[in-house]
Amino acid sequence: MEARATDDSLIFARSASRLSSVTRSIISFAGGDRRFVVGGMILVLYILVALMGPGISPYDLNVPELDIRMQAPSWAHWLGTDRIGRDVLTRIIAGSRVSLEVAAGAVIMALILGAPLGALGSYAGGTADSLVQRIMEGIMAFPSLVLALALVALAGPSVIMLWFAIAFSSIPRYARLVRSGILTQKEQEYVDAARAMGQSPMRILVRQILPHIMAPISVQLTLDFARAITVEASLSYLGLGLSVPYISWGTMIRDAQDFLEVAPWLAIFPGLTLAGVILAFTLVGDALRDRMDPRMRRSLSRRLA
Amino acid sequence: MLMRYAAMRLMQLIPMVLVVTMVVFFVMMIVPGDPVMVMLGAVDGAPVSREVYDAMRLQLGLDQPLIVQYFHWLLNVLQGDLGISITYRTPALEVIFQRMIPTLYLMVGGTLIAVIIAVPAGVLAAIHNSTKWDHLATGFVVLGISVPTFWLGLIAILIFAVYLGWLPSIGYTPPQEDFVDFLKHIALPLSVVALNIAATVLRFQRQDFLEQMHQDYVRTARAKGLSETLVLWKHVLRNSLMTTFTVVGLQVAYLSGLITIVESVFNYPGIGYLLLNSIRTRDFIVVQGVVLFMAFLVIIVNLMVDVLYTVLDPRIRYS
Repeated sequence: MEARATDDSLIFARSASRLSSVTRSIISFAGGDRRFVVGGMILVLYILVALMGPGISPYDLNVPELDIRMQAPSWAHWLGTDRIGRDVLTRIIAGSRVSLEVAAGAVIMALILGAPLGALGSYAGGTADSLVQRIMEGIMAFPSLVLALALVALAGPSVIMLWFAIAFSSIPRYARLVRSGILTQKEQEYVDAARAMGQSPMRILVRQILPHIMAPISVQLTLDFARAITVEASLSYLGLGLSVPYISWGTMIRDAQDFLEVAPWLAIFPGLTLAGVILAFTLVGDALRDRMDPRMRRSLSRRLA
Repeated sequence: MLMRYAAMRLMQLIPMVLVVTMVVFFVMMIVPGDPVMVMLGAVDGAPVSREVYDAMRLQLGLDQPLIVQYFHWLLNVLQGDLGISITYRTPALEVIFQRMIPTLYLMVGGTLIAVIIAVPAGVLAAIHNSTKWDHLATGFVVLGISVPTFWLGLIAILIFAVYLGWLPSIGYTPPQEDFVDFLKHIALPLSVVALNIAATVLRFQRQDFLEQMHQDYVRTARAKGLSETLVLWKHVLRNSLMTTFTVVGLQVAYLSGLITIVESVFNYPGIGYLLLNSIRTRDFIVVQGVVLFMAFLVIIVNLMVDVLYTVLDPRIRYS
């Protein structure tokens, strides 16, 4: 981490000082990248569909129509119908909201829990810093999916529990990112200037330093989003996700498993949707990361761990 | 020197082990309801005899303060006592060991196949940077990371078991019973694990090889007049294999989640399947045992990678 300090400060310094302009610079930054354009378009579609939900669904979500059970894709039902005659497309649209809600909550929670720990470590230094570091190493040693699975199985699935279970193993990534970011920024002249002007450490941290380290954090958020969606779907597939009335793509695939021979579309379409959304987040995250720092590629090994 | 380094690394593991065990211990505390009844798997109000209840209460040490309970429990765990499984009525560790062999086939076999495919593929992608071959390899990596494992498994079943009928879709046969049948059963789950790991290994192999190719020693080797093949496949590969080695070591944590999903898809009787089954039957002693077992496996493999690293790379100081 320390060896990369100078590279990091360059990147941090390059991005603008306000959050909105960071967003703008990210877009102009990666605008020419095909991965960013394609992935971004899928993401916009995904978020729009998740937000509009039932408003754009062709059919009613839960009303069974037993006389059209397990029909193959047709003009009336583009992606077919399930074992009690419900429209698959309608259910995929409904599932997008659960996946967005769980994944967004999980990455935000990881950031909220991890960032202050990293800030604490870098500001306090000494024993507190090494204690936080050791705890973070302990968490990183954990098989994240297995831990999430155990947490949800024991506490029972709820939206908040899922957020925490998925966020838990990401906490060290944000703690480390914020820690190394602050350590490099602390030495910058603008921090000295703010301190000379009599600004409190808290104010310097939030108003001066935080905007400078938003760029690498936003890359991590994007990549973690892909991971959170995968974990949510995996937990649901294993029967440990949110139960009715929530509809998860993972649960749809789980239910489809028994009808693989007679109705493969029940498994194929939710899976394709899932893979497409994860792919989009990965593409956008990769594109942003490559633009900002080719060396950050290394952090990817732990993304899925 | 090496022994001292290994001993030092072992000491550094202590905080990590404490964190990991504390997490597992306190996770078990969040289960709603009477912990004794929960550990007995009797949350649904099933009748439990007084003796059984008291025995479990004593085993859990519930009359003690929480921190005493933790260290009491930790002491037992470090001695290999994970408690008695409610379902199997045998020590949890025994149950886990019985299921370990099929899982090891998947973990070790999958990783080996992944390395055999991904290392040459990553090197080729790096040498032929930005060509069709490179794009193909990169595409494989992105897909391998994006396609959810459980879905890939189902699609594999759909193609190779349902449509083509070449392989059985689920189950397991021990190799000593019928080796051909063993291969048939393990082919699909093993391929899914291998493809998944291969994507990550390929990504890092390619990346590191690209970086190594611009190092000074490569220029020196070329200046000496060595052939390009020798420079790339001997000098560069040897150095970049170190990265691959680390990446593979770091995959163990991920691998244990991966095999849990794969074993579930293919009804493959390893420890991941055991974990899910124990969750279903609310055998929390085994759930706790498997989670701990996997966490310790990760810590041990990481330690081994660390120590081996110093053996393989003399530049690393023992400090």
